[in-house]
Amino acid sequence: MMAMSHKYPDLSARNLGLAAAVVAIGGVSDWRLGLVLALWLAAWGLNIVLSGTGGSAKRFLVPTIFGITLLVLWQMSVRLFDVSSVILPAPSDIWMTILESVPVLWADFVQTVVKGALTGYVMGAALAVLAAIALDRSRFLQRGLLPVGNFIAALPIVGTAPILVMWFGFGWQSKAAVVVAMVFFPILVNTVAGLKDTEAMQRDLMRTYAASYWQSFFKLRLPAALPFIFNGLKVSTTLALIGAIVAEFFGSPIVGMGFRIKTSFGTLELAMVWAEIAVAAVAGSGFYGMVTLAEKRLTFWHPSQRANR
Amino acid sequence: MRNVLPVLTVVAAILGIWYLAVGPMNFRLALDAATRGGDTVTPASVAEQGQTGLIRLMLDNPDVIPAAYAFERPRLPQPQHVAVEIYQSTFGLIRRCEWQGWGADSDNWTGLSDGCLRVIENRRSLIFHAWKTLAPTLLGFAIGTGLGILLAVGIVYNRAMDLSVMPWAIASQTIPILAIAPMIIVVMNAMGIQGLLPKSLISSYLSFFPVVVGMVKGLRRPSQMELDLLHTWSASGPQELWKLRLPSSLPYLFASLKIGVAAALVGTIVAELPTGARFGLGARLLSGSYYGQTVQIWAALLVAAICAALLVGAIGAVQRRMLTRMGMAQ
Repeated sequence: MMAMSHKYPDLSARNLGLAAAVVAIGGVSDWRLGLVLALWLAAWGLNIVLSGTGGSAKRFLVPTIFGITLLVLWQMSVRLFDVSSVILPAPSDIWMTILESVPVLWADFVQTVVKGALTGYVMGAALAVLAAIALDRSRFLQRGLLPVGNFIAALPIVGTAPILVMWFGFGWQSKAAVVVAMVFFPILVNTVAGLKDTEAMQRDLMRTYAASYWQSFFKLRLPAALPFIFNGLKVSTTLALIGAIVAEFFGSPIVGMGFRIKTSFGTLELAMVWAEIAVAAVAGSGFYGMVTLAEKRLTFWHPSQRANR
Repeated sequence: MRNVLPVLTVVAAILGIWYLAVGPMNFRLALDAATRGGDTVTPASVAEQGQTGLIRLMLDNPDVIPAAYAFERPRLPQPQHVAVEIYQSTFGLIRRCEWQGWGADSDNWTGLSDGCLRVIENRRSLIFHAWKTLAPTLLGFAIGTGLGILLAVGIVYNRAMDLSVMPWAIASQTIPILAIAPMIIVVMNAMGIQGLLPKSLISSYLSFFPVVVGMVKGLRRPSQMELDLLHTWSASGPQELWKLRLPSSLPYLFASLKIGVAAALVGTIVAELPTGARFGLGARLLSGSYYGQTVQIWAALLVAAICAALLVGAIGAVQRRMLTRMGMAQ
């Protein structure tokens, strides 16, 4: 035991005893609670052992085990304690709903993510970068815009959704408009900050080459600003999805993730609501992942990217 | 201080663009009203007007432009009308406000007559609605921050926790959880939980993850050299936490608190939107959009902006004070 506790410092005899006691107390009061606790502690112990050992697989293995454990516990608790599906559906029910309603989910995805969020995101990002470039020559406006932009980026811009739905109608255009309003300022502020992030030495070098404003802009300052721009772009991916979904609560055609969440909720089809949430989660992570991938390709020279190699 | 003039210029430019946009935004509504009222306009029929471009219409009918600015229920209200609306639904609600002296025989303890308290008690008061939104925000923010710091300490000191929880904490940032905030409220109502708690749950969830991610970064900031120094003093684990890790994590804590409190406020407002909440800024937004009261929507929006500014500003003030006293100000 000594040797073992030395090797796995957290899995000592004392901790094992404590875990057994917790399970026993839970089991005595309610056998279902005991079962859930036992599973949780067993998985946690496995993770402790795994994270104590060497090996590169654990970086992937430990979080995966943790995620699967949570799902299994969710399923077990819902079934064992007989939780009503109106309050919390089991993961298996949600998975069945996803499989049964692929066409509906796909139509909602296209309407909200592709038409609403993505269009707005591209337009907002392009507008913000162009605005930052236009402001680039005026120190005065930059000094004024940075505090104001930072302030606006912290505001509940999603509250403009009812106004923009009123202006642009119920279609995807109003959702794209909300997304433009939400992503514009974070990207603008980051781009302006990034364009300032060159050293005097580097700028002087460009001057010794007799580079024009646009040459030094495209060859030095814009590439140097890319890490900042991507920072803004990454923050904005989640904002874009939130904006597109929330705007649909204020009025939409009879398709769309926000519309489906709202109406399924009205008819208490919670499994459908959770299915849409799962789609939103996958879409959000995928969107973020794509921007991160583009960042890796374009800013491979940056220290933060090189460190990962 | 040197930024005051540029900031004022930018704000003035935004207000100017807003004011100029009022005319074009409301022009079609005004032209429609003028046509129905029997005024001579070109082109004369509504159908033809629908097919004509906005700029052409404005050039042909310059007489209607003042009407577009004076429109009753505009698509875009003028900035000063929004300011008047905010005043009327806050201090404008005061009726017969006078000092009664302490211990007067009324229910309120303030010594002011009931007419003064209409500012915060009247159902039309924006301050009343703002408080209904701020209270759950602050409660949720406190819960989320507390739990976030605890989890961050756990992650820094426990390798298994770090490997299990941290990837999910980072991944959860990319999920648009805010969008389902209203549903969480309804589920909690169905379970019999009402009042402050459901809304606080949303805002605590939203402020939780920024704090966890920021604090893990901050608690890991001390270099190996500094940790070794504490080791040579045979400092215990808790001592290391209190005297080295927590103080040096403060800049990170404040940065994530600012993000967290803004997210918490947005969370509460969104949570109020489609759940039929009767009080709160989100409820004002929604009722404004149902009844086409654009001025009311803009007023609620501006008050929400003021709340966000106050919250972020308060944290910034504490940050400056604290970091200056600890010798860490930038």
